[in-house]
Amino acid sequence: MGDFLGFLFNIDMLATWWPRILGGLQITVETVLLSCSLGFLLSYPICLARQSKSQLLSKLMLSYITFFRGTPLLCQLYLVYYGAGEIRPFLTSIGLWWFFRESFFCAVFSFTLNTAAYQAEILRGALTSVSRGQTEAARSMGLSPYRIARHVIWPQALLVALRPLGNELISIIKASALTAIVTLPDLMGVTRIIFARTFDFSIYLYCALIYLAMTEGIRRLWNVIERALSKHLALARGGGAFSAVAVMPPNEGAIDA
Amino acid sequence: MTWFDLLFGAHGWAPLLLRGALTTALLAIAVVPFGFGGGLLLALLKSAPSRLVRVLCEGYTTFFRGIPDLLALFIVYFGLQALIDKLSHAFGDELHLELNAFVAGVIALSVVVAAYSSEVWISALKAIPPGQIEAARALGLDRRRVFMQVVLPQLGRVALPGLGNIWTILVKDTSLVSTLAVMDLLRAASEASKATARPLLFYTVAAAVYLVVSVLSGITQEYLERRANRGYV
Repeated sequence: MGDFLGFLFNIDMLATWWPRILGGLQITVETVLLSCSLGFLLSYPICLARQSKSQLLSKLMLSYITFFRGTPLLCQLYLVYYGAGEIRPFLTSIGLWWFFRESFFCAVFSFTLNTAAYQAEILRGALTSVSRGQTEAARSMGLSPYRIARHVIWPQALLVALRPLGNELISIIKASALTAIVTLPDLMGVTRIIFARTFDFSIYLYCALIYLAMTEGIRRLWNVIERALSKHLALARGGGAFSAVAVMPPNEGAIDA
Repeated sequence: MTWFDLLFGAHGWAPLLLRGALTTALLAIAVVPFGFGGGLLLALLKSAPSRLVRVLCEGYTTFFRGIPDLLALFIVYFGLQALIDKLSHAFGDELHLELNAFVAGVIALSVVVAAYSSEVWISALKAIPPGQIEAARALGLDRRRVFMQVVLPQLGRVALPGLGNIWTILVKDTSLVSTLAVMDLLRAASEASKATARPLLFYTVAAAVYLVVSVLSGITQEYLERRANRGYV
C-alpha cells in the first residue's frame, strides 16, 4: 500500500519543482482572467448584434456563435496559432505579427473569441428571461430606456446569468490546459515538461489537485455569491430554495460546473 | 497549388481527412455506451446504502468534472501505461503489453463522460415521482423489475436534453486524442498542414466537418426530444 501511495504522490517531486509549477500556475491564471474579462466585454455587443433588426448583422453573429460553439477549441487554437504563421507577411505588413508570434497572445485571442460566443448566448438567455411585460410596465411609468435597463432589466438578468457565467469561467480554466499543446508553459505545460524529465506519474496528480482546487473554489464562491444576491427571492418563496432559477438558452447545459 | 488540388488532386489529402473523420466518429460512438452507461451506474451508486460507496462516487465525479479534460486524458493514458508496465514486470518481461492509443482514448473519454452524465442521470432519476416506485413495489414487483420496467423507460425522455449536450461536448473532446497520436480528424489536418504548409486551409476543413457534425447533432437532438415528448404536450 505504501508503495502504491508513493507511486501516486511523490513528495520529493513537489519540493524540487514547485517554482516551475508556480510559474505555470501564474500563466494559467493570466490566460483565464484576460480571456474571460475580454470575452465578457465582447459578449454584450455580440448579443445585441445577434438580436438586431438588421438581418445581415444577426445572421453574421449567429454564424459566429455557431462556429465557435460547434467546433473544438483546440481546432480554433490551431487555426489562430498555425494560421497566423501562414499569413505572416500580411500580419507583418499591418503591424500585428508581434501579437500573433506569441503563443500566449494566440491563446488569449482564440479563448476570448470562444468564450465571447458562449457568454453572448448566456446573456441573451438571461435578458429574454426577464418578461416583456416588465419593460412595458416600466416604460408606461415613464422610465427612460437607460433607467429601464439599469434598474429593471439588468439586475434580474445578471442574477439569472450568474450561474452559467460561473460555469463558463470554470470551463475556460479547464480549457486553458490546451495552451500546453501550443508550447505555452502554463500549469499543464509545465506538468508535461516535468513528466518528460522525470517520468514520475505523480506530477499529473498534483497538477490535477491544483486545477481541482481552482474549479471547486470558484464553484463554492459562486454558491456564496448567488445566495447573497438572491436573498430577496428566497424570502418571496417562503424561505425555500436559495438558488435562482437559471434559465438557459438551448444547448447550454449546466454540466460544466 | 489550389485548395482543390490539395484536397482532391492526385496526391490530395481528402482521403486522409476522411479516414480521420471516420476515426473521430468511431471514437465518439464507442464512448457512448461506456460513458453514458457508466454515468447511470454512478448515479445509482450515489444513492447506495453504503456511505463509503457514495463518497467514492461523489469524489470521482468532483475530480473528473473539476480537472481539464486534457489532463484527465493524460492521467488515464499514462496511468494505464504505468499500470501495464508494472503488471508486465510482475509477470516477467516476456509478457510485453502495449496500450493502444485508440482504446486508451475511448477509456479516457468514457471516464470523463461518465462523470459528466452521472449528474444528468441523477436529475432524471429525481424527476420520476416516488409514488410510481411505491405503487410498483406495492404491486409486488421486485426492485430489479421496478427499475427495468418502471423507472428506466421514463429516464431517457428526461435525460435526453442533458445527454445531448454531453454528446456535443464529447464530439469536440475527441479532438484531444490527437495529442495521443491517434489519427483522428484534427490529427489528419495537422499532418496535412505540416506537409503542405497550408494550416489555414486544412484546419478550416477540419473545423467545417466538426461544425457539420455539431449542427446535425443539434437537429437530431431536437427531433428526438420532440419524439420523446409527443405524449406530454
